[in-house]
Amino acid sequence: MNFFELLWALRDGLIISVEIFFLTLALSLPLGLLICLGRMSKIKPIAWFFKLYISVMRGTPLMLQLFVVYFLPYYLFSVKLKYMGDNWLFTAVIAGFALNYAAYFAEIYRGGISSVPEGQYEAAKVLGISRSKTFFIIILPQVFKRVLPAVTNEIITLVKDTSLAFAIGLIEMFTRAKQLASKEVSMLPYAAAALIYYLFNLAVAGVMSFIEKKMNRYRIK
Amino acid sequence: MAYLEIKDFTKSFGENQVLKGIDFTLEKGEVLSIIGSSGSGKTTLLRCVNFLEKPDFGSMTVDGETLIGDGIKDTERTLRQKRLNFGLVFQSFNLFPHFTVIKNVTLAPELLLKENYAAFCKTERSKSARKEYLAAKRTEIHETGKELLAKVGLSEKAESYPWQLSGGQQQRVAIARALAMRPKVLCFDEPTSALDPELTGEVLKVIRSLKGDGRTMIIVTHEMEFAKNVSDKIIYLADGKIEDCGTPEEIFGGARSEKLNAFLASVNDKGEA
Repeated sequence: MNFFELLWALRDGLIISVEIFFLTLALSLPLGLLICLGRMSKIKPIAWFFKLYISVMRGTPLMLQLFVVYFLPYYLFSVKLKYMGDNWLFTAVIAGFALNYAAYFAEIYRGGISSVPEGQYEAAKVLGISRSKTFFIIILPQVFKRVLPAVTNEIITLVKDTSLAFAIGLIEMFTRAKQLASKEVSMLPYAAAALIYYLFNLAVAGVMSFIEKKMNRYRIK
Repeated sequence: MAYLEIKDFTKSFGENQVLKGIDFTLEKGEVLSIIGSSGSGKTTLLRCVNFLEKPDFGSMTVDGETLIGDGIKDTERTLRQKRLNFGLVFQSFNLFPHFTVIKNVTLAPELLLKENYAAFCKTERSKSARKEYLAAKRTEIHETGKELLAKVGLSEKAESYPWQLSGGQQQRVAIARALAMRPKVLCFDEPTSALDPELTGEVLKVIRSLKGDGRTMIIVTHEMEFAKNVSDKIIYLADGKIEDCGTPEEIFGGARSEKLNAFLASVNDKGEA
């Protein structure tokens, strides 16, 4: 197979990788916000729980977390994995990724929220704006602008991290490249995969810088 | 009964007693200036009046309604309603950076309209009447916003973002924003302290014009000349107590108390330096 045929042969894997990427983002970005709010809760036990959660999720390898999620039904409820359905592998990968990335996003949001000056809350207060509206209309948009560079970093890491799904046997692009490499006895499939990952991230970086530019119409102190 | 009546405001932060029983009254249309050195409790007093701090003790009545007093418990909702008796202009402006100037002014009235609209819909069943109500109120809010910007001399900046304005302009927007909620009493917390000297004039001019409109105002300030000119009444606060209180002539006429004279002299020194 020449290089272009290899790129074509990787397409099935790429689709899986792209699915992992988008589903993880769609779940972990909002979940991260909830975890962040839990972490910042005034109710101490809730704050402690989420602090522990974040600490464990960031302190252990994602690969290992994927194992835990995948085998959880068996160890928790003694359900044999073959009864979990055909999609369980994919579901477990998405759940593992989302839970892990949400922890990182939560910490990024937390930094963003605490960097919004107290004066913004007070200005909203004296104007009679309710607490929830203050958060969603006044604070959150400023938080998004503040955290965008850090979130971009995480998203780019996520593109590459999708390859970790091979750990529990999901055939995404990297796994596919490995199969092709052993079949062809060549390193070329890896080069093809590397090129695709790179182009993928180039697109991600392009989209993120577009969003950043859109947000540049206003500035924050 | 006076328009605004404050009795025995007391406030401590931990061991530190910041307000030690403050009493004063203000009539409708009067301007009160609060002067005093840093740490005298001026800002805390103003924050208590605006419900940003809860006084440990004391009562407050505005326009015949007791807002703070014995046995009055507030929910977040009642607190929000009570706050609207007052407007507050901050030292550091605190404009919302992600909204245009006009949106900064109209945001709070629009949000309030949404709440009122929900209540309106409970009694009004007709869709066209609802629509009309909303459209009329929205236009009204927008028109008022534009008028207020004209009032502070910033009509042409309506579509700008705060970062595109000078400090003085931002502070004038903040004044328009506070006025948009139609407060009974407008408060200023050192409105010119964060400004370059050449920009204080434009802000003070706006405040002076508000006095001309008969606004009731409380101004915490370090601008003695301004306080002298604009106030009907001046309170000199020292160490959490009202050390002296009187008309500008009385306060600046000299020979009141050692403390006040020393304070005024120190302020003058800074002014000349």
